Amino acid sequence: MAAERRAAPARMSLLDPLKDAVVAAAIALALALPLVGFETVDTGSPGTRVATRFGWVAIGVGAVFLGRLALSLARRSGLWRRRAAPRPQARTTTAQTHAIRLAGPLLVLFAAALPFLPFSSRYLVDLATTVLIYIMLGWGLNVVVGLAGLLDLGYVAFYAVGAYSFALVARWFGLTFWEALPVSGLLAASFGLILGFPVLRLRGDYLAIVTLGFGEMVRIILTNWSQVTGGPNGINGIPRPSFLGMPFLPRAPEGAVTFSQFFGIPFSPTQRIVFLYFVILALALITNLFTLRLRRLPIGRAWEALREDEIACRALGIDPTKVKLSAFAIGAMLGGFAGAFFATRQGFISPESFTFQESATILAIVVLGGMGSQMGVVLAAVVLVTLPEFGRAFAEFRMLLFGAAMVAIMVWRPRGLLAQRAPSLRLARPAAEAT
Amino acid sequence: MTALLEVEHLSMRFEGLLAVDDLSFAARGREITAIIGPNGAGKTTVFNCLTGFYRPQVGRIALDGGGETHFLERMDGFRIAREAGVARTFQNIRIFAGMTVLENLIVAQHNVLMRASLYSVGGLLGLPVYRRAEAEAVAKARLWLDRVGLVERADDVAGALPYGAQRRLEIARAMCTEPRLLCLDEPAAGLNANESAELIRLLVSIRDTQGIGILLIEHDMSVVMGISDHLIVLDYGRKIADGAADAVRRDPAVIKAYLGEEEGAALPPVVAEDLGARDPP
Repeated sequence: MAAERRAAPARMSLLDPLKDAVVAAAIALALALPLVGFETVDTGSPGTRVATRFGWVAIGVGAVFLGRLALSLARRSGLWRRRAAPRPQARTTTAQTHAIRLAGPLLVLFAAALPFLPFSSRYLVDLATTVLIYIMLGWGLNVVVGLAGLLDLGYVAFYAVGAYSFALVARWFGLTFWEALPVSGLLAASFGLILGFPVLRLRGDYLAIVTLGFGEMVRIILTNWSQVTGGPNGINGIPRPSFLGMPFLPRAPEGAVTFSQFFGIPFSPTQRIVFLYFVILALALITNLFTLRLRRLPIGRAWEALREDEIACRALGIDPTKVKLSAFAIGAMLGGFAGAFFATRQGFISPESFTFQESATILAIVVLGGMGSQMGVVLAAVVLVTLPEFGRAFAEFRMLLFGAAMVAIMVWRPRGLLAQRAPSLRLARPAAEAT
Repeated sequence: MTALLEVEHLSMRFEGLLAVDDLSFAARGREITAIIGPNGAGKTTVFNCLTGFYRPQVGRIALDGGGETHFLERMDGFRIAREAGVARTFQNIRIFAGMTVLENLIVAQHNVLMRASLYSVGGLLGLPVYRRAEAEAVAKARLWLDRVGLVERADDVAGALPYGAQRRLEIARAMCTEPRLLCLDEPAAGLNANESAELIRLLVSIRDTQGIGILLIEHDMSVVMGISDHLIVLDYGRKIADGAADAVRRDPAVIKAYLGEEEGAALPPVVAEDLGARDPP
C-alpha cells in the first residue's frame, strides 16, 4: 500500500497518515481495553472470575490502525474527499419534489390496499400499524419542532397523556374509543398549554432541557400515582374500538351483534388487526391534511416565521406567546390522539411505554425525515421502525446497526432525507401543493 | 401640523452606562426625521426603546394614533407594532431567510389574516371570507414587491436574495403592516451608490404617497442629507443638535462631535461597535 503512495509530491506525506493512524489506534486501545478486554465468566460454583480477551483487543486496535491509515491515504490521493460543510445542494431537487408529490397519493393507495395484498400477513399489518402510529406522532411533533422550531424532547408526555386519559375515561365513564378520542386530544392539548407557559421565554438548548424534564415528570407521576394510574402495573382491560358499535369478538355479548355476525363471515382475530390498521391510517391521513392546511394558514406561517426569527416577528406585531402556545397545544393534541389509539390497540398501558427513548425516536423521525417535511416523516418512520425489525437476525448488534444507519443518513443527507420546503403560497398561481 | 411622535426626557441606562441621557425630540408625519451621531451615540438604543425591545427607566414616548395617544414606553413590543402602528427594520437584516419573499410579506399581515381566518377555524374550513382576505394580502404584497422591484423574485427563498434586495424586502415587509411610523435602522448600510440612490427614491415615495412618518438612523451622509426633512444629532446619548438639515450641517458642535475637528472630512473610521447592537445586561 505504501509503495503506491511514494509518488506523492510531499515527502512528509507518508508520515502524517502514520501518525494519524497511531493516534486513532491509541484511542481505540484506550476504549477497547476496559470494554472488550475484560469479561466476567460464570465459574459454575457461586461467583464469577475475570477473564481477559486481549486477543480481541489486539484485533480491534489493528483494524482501526489499518483502516485509519487506508482512509487517510485514500483521502490524500483524492479518492475520497471529505466534505467541508453541509452543502446547500443537499436539498432535494425540483425533479425529486415532483416525484414526491406523485408518491403521496400512490403511497396512500398502497397503504389502503396493504392488508389485502397477497404477501400481506398479520405480522406485516401489525408492523404497518406501528409505523403509522409513529408517522402520526412524527407529524404532530413536526408542528412543534419542524415548523415552530421549538425543540421538544418530552413529546412522549403528550402521547402518555392521550393514552392514559383514554384508558381512565373509558374505565370511569364507560366511554367508547370514538367518544373518548376528543377527550384525549383536548386533555393532551391542555397539557401542551401547561408545558407551554413556563417555557415561553426559553429557546434552543434551554427549552430542550425543560421539555425533557416535563416528559420525565409525566412518566414519574404515572409510575407513582398508583391509585389513579395503577402505577408500574399500568392499566389493563382498555376497551377495543368497535365498528359502528359492533365489537370484534368471537361471540356476541348480550344484546349486541359482532362484526363477523353482521357481515356473515367467520370470525377471525385478523379482522380486528386490520380494522385497527384502517383506524390509524384514517387518523394519520386526517392529521396530515390538518397540518398541511394549517401550514398554509396565517398560524402556520407565523410558526415558521417564529422559527426563522422571533425578534422580527415581534417587530411585525405578532404575539410570540400565542404563536408558541398554539404550536405546543396542536402538537400535543395530535400526540394525544395517537396515544389514545395506542391504548386501544394494546388494551394495556404502563409507564414503560412512555420513556425518553420514545421521545428520542419521534424526534429522530422528524429530524431524519427533514425538518418540516411531511413525506420525510413517512420515510423516516418507515426506516426507523422497520430497520430494527429487519435487524432482529443480528440480535444484540441490532442497535449498533441502527445507530450506524442514523449516522450514515446524517452524513449523506445532513438536512434530512427529504429536505425541501414547499412555499405555502406563490405569487403566480394559488398555493402550491405541499409535499 | 402636530408631532406624530413625541419623546420626552427619555433615559436608558445599562448598569453603569447611560446610553440615552434625557433625550427629548419630536418627529412629524409626512416627514423623514434622521437620527445621526457617531457609533455608540445611542441611536439604536433609542430605536429599541421606541419599538419596545428595551424598557426605558425614565421618559415618555407618545405616538399620536389618530384620535388616541399610545404611550409606547408601557407597551409590549408586538403591541407597539400591532396597535400603535410602529414598524421597524434592523441594522443587521432580520428577514425570514428560509421563507419565500412573498411569504415574508404575508407574515407581515398576520394580524389581519388571523382575524379573517377566524383564528384558523374559518381558514381550516376554507371559508370564502378568508380566501378573499388572503387574495387581498397577496395583492398588497405584490404592490410592495413592485415598489421595491422584487416581483420577479417573489417565489424565491428570501435568504438567497442579494444583500441590497434583502434590505428592500425588509422595508417592504415593514410597510405591509400599514404603519404610521416607519423606523429604519441604517437602511443604506452595505449598499452601493446605485442602491443608495434607489433607496432614497423609495423612502421619498413612501413619505409622499403613504403620508407616514419615517424615522431613520443612518451613517451614509449622502442619504441623510438627501432626504431628511429634520435632523437630530446624538453624541454620548445626548442630543447636541436638532433642526433642518442645512442648519445642522453647519452647527459647530455637530462638526466637532461627529466629524472630529476637521471640517468636511469623511466619516471617521468605525471606532466601536454600535451600542444598540448589544443586548441589555
